[in-house]
Amino acid sequence: MLTDRLRALRAEGRRALVCYVTAGHPTPAESARLIRELPAAGCDVLEVGVPFSDPLADGPIIQGSSQKALEQGVTLERALGIIAEAKPTAPVVLFSYLNPLMKAGPDVLQRAKAAGVSGVLVTDLPVGADPEREAWLGSGPLEFVRLVAPTTPQQRMAEIVKHGRGFVYLISRLGVTGVHQGVATDLPASVAKLRAVCDLPICVGFGISTPEQVRAVGDVADGVVVGSALVQAVETRGVDAALALVREMRAALDRP
Amino acid sequence: MTQQVATDRFGAFGGRYVPETLVPALDQLEVALAEALADPAFTGELAYMLETYVGRPSALTEAPNLSARVGVPVWLKREDLNHTGAHKINNALAQALLAKRMGKKRIIAETGAGQHGVATATVCARLGLQCVVYMGEEDMRRQQLNVFRMRLMGATVVPVTAGTRTLKDATSEAIRDWVATCEDSHYIIGSVVGPAPYPRMVRDFQAIIGREARAQMLQRAGRLPSHVVACVGGGSNAMGIFHAFVEDAAVRLVGVEAAGEGLDTGRHSASLSHGVPGVLHGTLSYLLQDDDGQVHPAHSISAGLDYPGVGPEHSYLRDSGRAQYVAVTDGAALCGFELLSRLEGIIPALETSHAVAWIAEQAGRFASDDCILLCVSGRGDKDVSQVAEVLSSGVRHA
Repeated sequence: MLTDRLRALRAEGRRALVCYVTAGHPTPAESARLIRELPAAGCDVLEVGVPFSDPLADGPIIQGSSQKALEQGVTLERALGIIAEAKPTAPVVLFSYLNPLMKAGPDVLQRAKAAGVSGVLVTDLPVGADPEREAWLGSGPLEFVRLVAPTTPQQRMAEIVKHGRGFVYLISRLGVTGVHQGVATDLPASVAKLRAVCDLPICVGFGISTPEQVRAVGDVADGVVVGSALVQAVETRGVDAALALVREMRAALDRP
Repeated sequence: MTQQVATDRFGAFGGRYVPETLVPALDQLEVALAEALADPAFTGELAYMLETYVGRPSALTEAPNLSARVGVPVWLKREDLNHTGAHKINNALAQALLAKRMGKKRIIAETGAGQHGVATATVCARLGLQCVVYMGEEDMRRQQLNVFRMRLMGATVVPVTAGTRTLKDATSEAIRDWVATCEDSHYIIGSVVGPAPYPRMVRDFQAIIGREARAQMLQRAGRLPSHVVACVGGGSNAMGIFHAFVEDAAVRLVGVEAAGEGLDTGRHSASLSHGVPGVLHGTLSYLLQDDDGQVHPAHSISAGLDYPGVGPEHSYLRDSGRAQYVAVTDGAALCGFELLSRLEGIIPALETSHAVAWIAEQAGRFASDDCILLCVSGRGDKDVSQVAEVLSSGVRHA
């Protein structure tokens, strides 16, 4: 479903806008509204983050949102409840660290599917790290999205692509999630290197914060992931401001 | 592809649960480590510096008064006599030499009690490497003297204000730094935790403790100990002293965790006694966590044991039954602190005091031909002001 959706967009000459939100941030109710209204604002794929106590791949903005959601009792089960309640019209990728998924038990993938989730992405489970758990995640009802980093050699990129479904998530820069200026200068080269060994759509994320950056990344990738900038907008200016930011990003991406 | 499976696990435990960005850095580390260990120039320099800079071999000391108290001979492996006052420097020195060999100019470390941070700052000063140490704000308060030491030797100490503001969050922050800087920085993890190859590498760099102690016991006591006892937070001094005895089936290996305010209070650090397997900081091991898979904050009077996870090899030794893990409260550890000071004139670190306390609690329960080897992982100078504060406030959790 994810792949089809992204291919269809590409066939129309459009690029996908992928939006990350932390489940339960700033509150469970507002989070559900955000998830419900994002597709109409121009979001093609939703990434919904499962709050975790020790998010070691995340910078201060997403750490803060995760902490805030946890303080309101939002963990994996509540996150699924929020998605089910929101019923978004765009496909949802669950974005999680491994431990909450492991603890939730083998049937969590079925429960996520029933809640309306299409794909799953696990921050701290690189390809080859744990074949048994990777098989569990990869053979279930969800499309298992894998990550490629700026440090990944091309041979390993090919291996990662073989194990991925939906799309490949290319991390645009070294470091954790966050808001950055500009676009990494070596990004077009990284995308080209990945494209040579990849038949899945390529979405690029990490540090993409402004409509201008969205546009620049959209020129080379199939999709653009916006996370921290959106979470920051929610945190400081509220859900409506975040939706307005997404509309601006959509317009920048679609400009001929 | 990463070549793993054969070397990166201890039974079901261990592994490499990290962001993709770090996978090539860990691959590179694994290759560099294997090359270094096979190169006499590296092993020779390490051995030379362990002798002339750290002061190894560390002494094996009889503890006649503690022995009389517990009814069987007790021998102390004196890691507290190392330069910087703890076992941590064995690993910090070896990894810093490795980093230098790899051409890395910048070192990252996390620290709890500050002993690993001090050891890392020390070797970085000696080897001319830039050093950044992440330390929880709460631990900086508890261990001000060590913060001063690190800064004195030129390290940058970065306060960590996230989460519990202790070792767990300092480790997360160090990993975040490394994800951004892995091309020119090396992360010196201070314990047998983290993603492969760290748990095995740190164990191998600490295994000198057990190698020396085993030979010293045979020479001085004319026998192997019946029990090898060490405190366990992440578990590096314990793995270091256990490793040489794992094949000696008759030797009982006892790891002493921190029971904090009591195992039934939820405020403790006893991952092996009370945790369930889970993933934290790149490794699968016993972990304090709740029903939702969120990591449960640890507690211990000792900053060095205040960690919700534990080295994966300890999880393996626990499940296989080769080692036994017990837990000792804050209050009992304070008694251990006073006991070794009073009886032997050796002020142990609060971490070590847990192991002292367990031995004291076993008085009368040992067999007549038992013989105990205790790893004195560090000296207690860093802890005296905190202990004085606790004792004068009269607050003890027995």
